[in-house]
Amino acid sequence: MSSSTTSAEIEVRIPTILRPYTKGEKLVTAEASDLKGLITALDAKYAGLGERLLENNELRRFINIYINDEDVRFMGSLAATLKAGDSVTILPAVAGGCK
Amino acid sequence: MTLRIRVDIVAKILEQSRAEYPDECCGVILGPEGSDSAVELKPMINAAHSPTFYEFDSKDLLALYRELDEKSKEIVVVYHSHTETQAYPSRTDIAYASEPNAHYVLVSTRKEIAPETEFRSYRIIDGEVTEEPVEIITTP
Repeated sequence: MSSSTTSAEIEVRIPTILRPYTKGEKLVTAEASDLKGLITALDAKYAGLGERLLENNELRRFINIYINDEDVRFMGSLAATLKAGDSVTILPAVAGGCK
Repeated sequence: MTLRIRVDIVAKILEQSRAEYPDECCGVILGPEGSDSAVELKPMINAAHSPTFYEFDSKDLLALYRELDEKSKEIVVVYHSHTETQAYPSRTDIAYASEPNAHYVLVSTRKEIAPETEFRSYRIIDGEVTEEPVEIITTP
């Protein structure tokens, strides 16, 4: 087994609007080796959270997820790999418009 | 709940909305965590550069939330402009409103009412829009 598939415990920052799923916790942890696995692990712990992040197995357009300081959209989205010590931040986009 | 906001901050938001016309402008007003006090104006770049849509740049958004965490601040107000329609939250605004504790301020610079402007504030929680009074205060 290559080291790239080894799961690591990842710290995840949860935005206010999703904290009802984590019993109000702002910082949670889950084990994964990539972002898709992390979302699966989070959803197993906090039922319903996965659906707020994914739509048709893709990252929702108005959800931003960062690994450390980088937007995952520039790192392969759901395929982005995670390693021990990485910190993940979930932020809903601040967006809107007149339509 | 009433939004209390300083007259100079209101003036700067209206100025920004005119400067960025015809695009929508956007930004936040920060305050100490738990204070509900809108004291620090922070104009943001509309990454969509659009007359009908606004979105904070993804990197700017992360930097903003890092600042909130590090300095124990909160977003008290999220504001943006509507350039051709009234200052009322659109379906898009309601769908993407993600800060249940924030006041959502809309300004309108539509020409039917020029040179007057609209400056209105709302709570948007679970898709429910509630308008609230705005009290404009002059600082000593």
